[in-house]
Amino acid sequence: MKKYTRREFVKVVGISGSGLFLAAYVPAHGFLTKPGDEPKIFAPSVYLKIDSNGIVTITVHRSEMGQGVQTSLPMMVAEELECRWEDIRIEQADGDPRFGHQSTGGSQSIRRTFEPFRIAGATAKEMLLSAAAIKWGIEIKDCKAENGFVFNKLNDKKISYGELVEEAAKLPVPANVKLKDPKDYKIIGKRVHRLDTKPKIYGAAKFGIDVVLPGMLYASVSRCPTIGGKVKTFNGDKAKEIKGVIDVVEIPQGVAVIADTTWNSFKGKNALSIEWDFGPNVDIDTDAIRKNMVLHLEEDGSEIENRGNLNFDAPDLITIDAIYEVPFLAHAPLEPMNCIATVKNGKAELWAPSQNPQGARTEVAKALGFKEEDVVIHVTLIGGAFGRRLISDWAVEAALISKATGKSIKLTWTREDDMKHSTFRPASMHKVKGSVDKSGKLVNFYHHVIAESITAQRFNRNIPVKDADIGEGTRRLAYQFPNLKITGTIVPTHVPVSWYRSVYNTQNPFVVESFIDELAYEAKRDPFEFRRDLLPEDSRLRNVLIEAANKSNWFSKLPEGKGRGIACFEGYGSFCAEVIEVSVIQTNEIIIEKVTAVIDCGTVINPDTVEAQLEGAIVFALTAALKGEITIRDGGVVEKNYDDYQLLTYSETPVIECHIISNFEKVGGVGEVGIGACAPALCNAIFAASGKRVHKLPVKLI
Amino acid sequence: MPEFKLKVNNRQVKVDVESDTPLLWVLRDTLGLTGTKYGCGEGICGSCTVHINGKAERSCSIMIKDAAGKSITTIEGLAENPDNPIFRSWIELEVSQCGYCQPGQIMSLAALLKEKPKPTETEINDAMSGILCRCGTYHRIRKAIEKIVEEGK
Ligand code: FES
Ligand code: FES
Repeated sequence: MKKYTRREFVKVVGISGSGLFLAAYVPAHGFLTKPGDEPKIFAPSVYLKIDSNGIVTITVHRSEMGQGVQTSLPMMVAEELECRWEDIRIEQADGDPRFGHQSTGGSQSIRRTFEPFRIAGATAKEMLLSAAAIKWGIEIKDCKAENGFVFNKLNDKKISYGELVEEAAKLPVPANVKLKDPKDYKIIGKRVHRLDTKPKIYGAAKFGIDVVLPGMLYASVSRCPTIGGKVKTFNGDKAKEIKGVIDVVEIPQGVAVIADTTWNSFKGKNALSIEWDFGPNVDIDTDAIRKNMVLHLEEDGSEIENRGNLNFDAPDLITIDAIYEVPFLAHAPLEPMNCIATVKNGKAELWAPSQNPQGARTEVAKALGFKEEDVVIHVTLIGGAFGRRLISDWAVEAALISKATGKSIKLTWTREDDMKHSTFRPASMHKVKGSVDKSGKLVNFYHHVIAESITAQRFNRNIPVKDADIGEGTRRLAYQFPNLKITGTIVPTHVPVSWYRSVYNTQNPFVVESFIDELAYEAKRDPFEFRRDLLPEDSRLRNVLIEAANKSNWFSKLPEGKGRGIACFEGYGSFCAEVIEVSVIQTNEIIIEKVTAVIDCGTVINPDTVEAQLEGAIVFALTAALKGEITIRDGGVVEKNYDDYQLLTYSETPVIECHIISNFEKVGGVGEVGIGACAPALCNAIFAASGKRVHKLPVKLI
Repeated sequence: MPEFKLKVNNRQVKVDVESDTPLLWVLRDTLGLTGTKYGCGEGICGSCTVHINGKAERSCSIMIKDAAGKSITTIEGLAENPDNPIFRSWIELEVSQCGYCQPGQIMSLAALLKEKPKPTETEINDAMSGILCRCGTYHRIRKAIEKIVEEGK
């Protein structure tokens, strides 16, 4: 695959001079890039270029971090454009408001591009048809576009797109082009091979960490081990004695060592002697944060949602309650934070593995005191992100180091930096209480979620609990509970928190779906049927739940020590149910035998990618449920590397079977959809196998 | 600075670096072979796996002085033969997601298959379980390995 870099792109255009540019603009309302900020009016701008050789270049403005956007976005254009798939090239967009919403998060990439990318393809096709019609002096209706050619239906002559671009470029851009009927799709819905696979497996793909600029130096930063701490004094003499170390500079985030190689910068960093001002948070630790949350357990919390009339004193009810708890988590993508920056003559140019290049641009400009126009953010391939790269702290550091030294630098965080200075999935505590009646019907459901609000912390906003992010995954549940009350308490923890793949859907659905399981057992009902009967007949969630039960042979008998758990999740415009089968052996060791997942994400672009995302989400969620825990002690993070913050391994990974419900409903999100049901399905399976109910993650059976 | 000679992807190279420099950084920063990835720096994640004299080793944990005189193969070297069944099955099954760990996965498997064209499940588990993937591609890696082993029979 030939991938045009921005420069080459401009060059190609300059040389050929006959490229057809087409921008699909939807009126802009504002360019909000912070996740969770849903702009009222969607403002994407998609560039599509067809050159005189018939090469179709698509500018992908969402970041490629493994989820396949560099393939799925072009598929949507190609579908309507009727070009040849081999003629597609992609160009990764820089961070720029002209692309509209550009932060890759919230499982939104496909949802936000499905319309404009197809419209862009259809519009271009329309113009090429017109150009051909003019050339042949016939009517458009006598022309047909197929495989990169326009055919003259009257005499079977054909002319290639490349030959038509010059003419087409002169035509007015038509409005209201007609899009295909989904039943005529030739590319959308097909298993198309990813365009980024070969360079990645051949070791040729360039991630951020692989970018090399001429004359570039390498930097590494020593940061205060406590949250909110800073440098008091430092001495860089020892570091400078190390061969290859060129400079030592202080930036607000710590002390940076600049060297001729990454390794020498790491060595220099270790040789620094720094006296820290540990700041206001030295006393923070996991226990104190827990204790504070426990205090709130007795309170009612502020109302998030209230349906019916909760009454635990009604006669003949079986009422149970429980407390659930989850820890802080780090994203820990395999590619550590890194960034390449050249800050010179009042201009900054960065190569950033960023999920949020517009946000990075704003923050870098602010930190440098530059105008945004003077900051360019090139987006590189990303070696895993999971929300961590929505935050641009590392880009700011790189820019400041380059400014301070006047050199192009590549900043590389060590794994330890990455673990200790991540921004974390908030820890949370949950009180739940529910009742079933004698006939086995659920009567009351109460859930009080206690957690730090990411939006409140990061944007310093005072958000009413009712609308706060902490209610995500427990608000507007599809279950038809007659009496339900959801409440919340926002607790500041001083631990920097951020969006982690599926955010509060990593915790609230775990609690809700585990507790429903507890209630099903109290009601002496089958956990699948208990859920099913609480969901509206025509609901898509109910449908995936039933499918998951069918595909997993839910009712088949399992031997002693094995069990199945089920859970379902609705979010990001999609629906998912998972059944997990585990063995729990006497030593309390858990073996995950199989995961069956069913997703309904509406219209599917590339089923292979949907399955891959589902598989990946399941491994991600199992990792968190079984192993994930970030500990805070003495104001800092204890975990350092993948030995004390472990990931699921090859041999621990179960068989994963994915099923996609096929329909042409509105496109839903995918990347995060597989997470919500996974931890509860696992823990419900553990209960089925061992009789042990998991109330606290990560799972520790005793 | 000391000078070290080694063979990288069948070519003789000379590098001038400090003797404690891990092979990983020599490959990446000195020789520009960035296909070998840095993930943990401590021999835990396997992203940096290369072949040293045909064996899979973690290049972050081997100093250049210990790699000198040896023959190193990196992912770029392996990819000189894109017909390698590993590449073919990786493409066919679309194993890769972000792709960052994949060079390590592939190098680890390539060393195993060279030594044992028909590895047992335990041998596969031993070779692959030390190579971490945050994107969770393990399930497809398993399918790809099964396919290669099956077709190699
Ligand atoms: S970087 Fe070498 S094992 Fe992780
Ligand atoms: S493919 Fe992303 S870490 Fe393995």
